[in-house]
Amino acid sequence: MNNFGSDIAYLWSKYSVMYLDGIEKTIVLALLGTAVGCLIGFLCGLLQTIPVAPGDNPVKKFFLALLRVVIRIYVELFRGTPMILQAVFIYYGLPYITGGAAKFSSTWLAAFLIVSINTGAYMAESVRGGILSVDPGQTEGAKAIGMTHFQTMSYVVLPQALRNIMPQIGNNLIINIKDTSIMFIIGFSEFFAEHRAIVGTTNKYFPSATIEMGGYLIMTVVCSIILRQVEKKMDGDDSYALVQADPLTMTAGTYNYSGSTADRQQLAQEKAAREARGNRNQSTRGDR
Amino acid sequence: MGELILQVGHLSKTFGKNEVLKDIDFTVAKGDVTSIIGASGSGKSTLLRCINLLETPTSGEILYHGKNIQAGGMSEAAYRAKVGMVFQSFNLFSNMSVLGNCTVGQCKVLKKSKMDAAKSALQYLDKVGMTPYQNAKPRQLSGGQKQRVAIARALAMDPEVLLFDEPTSALDPEMVGEVLEVMRALADEGMTMLVVTHEMAFARDVSSQVVFMKNGVICEQGGPDKILGAPEKEETKEFLSRFFNR
Repeated sequence: MNNFGSDIAYLWSKYSVMYLDGIEKTIVLALLGTAVGCLIGFLCGLLQTIPVAPGDNPVKKFFLALLRVVIRIYVELFRGTPMILQAVFIYYGLPYITGGAAKFSSTWLAAFLIVSINTGAYMAESVRGGILSVDPGQTEGAKAIGMTHFQTMSYVVLPQALRNIMPQIGNNLIINIKDTSIMFIIGFSEFFAEHRAIVGTTNKYFPSATIEMGGYLIMTVVCSIILRQVEKKMDGDDSYALVQADPLTMTAGTYNYSGSTADRQQLAQEKAAREARGNRNQSTRGDR
Repeated sequence: MGELILQVGHLSKTFGKNEVLKDIDFTVAKGDVTSIIGASGSGKSTLLRCINLLETPTSGEILYHGKNIQAGGMSEAAYRAKVGMVFQSFNLFSNMSVLGNCTVGQCKVLKKSKMDAAKSALQYLDKVGMTPYQNAKPRQLSGGQKQRVAIARALAMDPEVLLFDEPTSALDPEMVGEVLEVMRALADEGMTMLVVTHEMAFARDVSSQVVFMKNGVICEQGGPDKILGAPEKEETKEFLSRFFNR
């Protein structure tokens, strides 16, 4: 305990390159995996929510039903098993079963694939929830102006669903930063794997684990701050600029419909008179 | 009477075991302003939603310029683009600005250029008095303002018929006037409109045809003076007396 501080300092001064390299790999893997996982999730969520009308033809109904079953199985399988075993099955199992035909050229590719598929399974449910959380009135509004299902989804529903599931995406990113630590099992040298390597040679387990703790915490806190900012940005500004043709009009938020037809005629006359005056002013300026 | 735009024939709709609409027949001609009145639960809104195919009718047909739209003569989307709808709860796209709400349909459905879409959107926003708010988001507007934007959004698609589903029912009393005023102006310009409403004064003054519905059937229909002034059916009299003696 006495040399706890000095041990940490020693480890950092000697192995900082390895630690930093691990941090970089962890963060890149988590970011890429989460991004692709989100894409998979959006695709699944989108396919799952294609509406089936009673009058649709049986072939379409059959394929939609089949699609739902396939997605269901995918979600249950990858959400219901530990990622560490999925990594083992994909990285070691695939070559074993196929007799070496399907083999990963790099641990990078395997790690990336595993994280993406795993995140996709979680995101499929989040996206489905996000789509369900958007007011059905939004869909009706879009349909009522003649949008197809695809247009309704891409311009109206998904942008709102995306905003609603941003906290979920953040959750997944942070979980991925931590859970990529199981990738040592396939020999991918992320942050935690570096720790194992360093401890193997120095035998300073607890000081190194402290560096790991600090490193993971910094990564997750920074990500969560950035995600909050992104959410704020998506919400947009609370104020908006009123657009007035006449810069002297009162804009204190009391603007109302300009009244009955008679009122409008009177207003139009006044406006015409104002414009006539304006033109005269301009022409005199032009004469000079 | 102008050219027939919509013909509804033997339209029925059931939800589970509930028969909400029974054998509805009526027509909408160009320039007509039809008010549909009746107690809550009488099937008024369902009828409107069936006409726009937001609900699929259980049986019966809807002819648009003589073409049966469910038989596949035209796509649902193309038909809906021609038949605008204004909802009780506005249903403005909350991820877009006021201007975005009025241009997205023109750009994506009618394939207009952004410039053209914005130009005509501004023209319609001006008509409903909402031009100053073009950059605002729906959540920043009052109910009456939202509904006026919703009307502009529907108009921007250049529809042949506009359906209004209780457009003022979700509004505070002081905002009802501004929306009715816009609708009145539209009617004056000859817009074909189908309005489900509880505003009897509006139905009386603006519409050319009034339809009274009860328990999923059209009980009585005719000119506003007849239906609202001298109804023949007992049901209509009873409904109106309850309405006027509130």
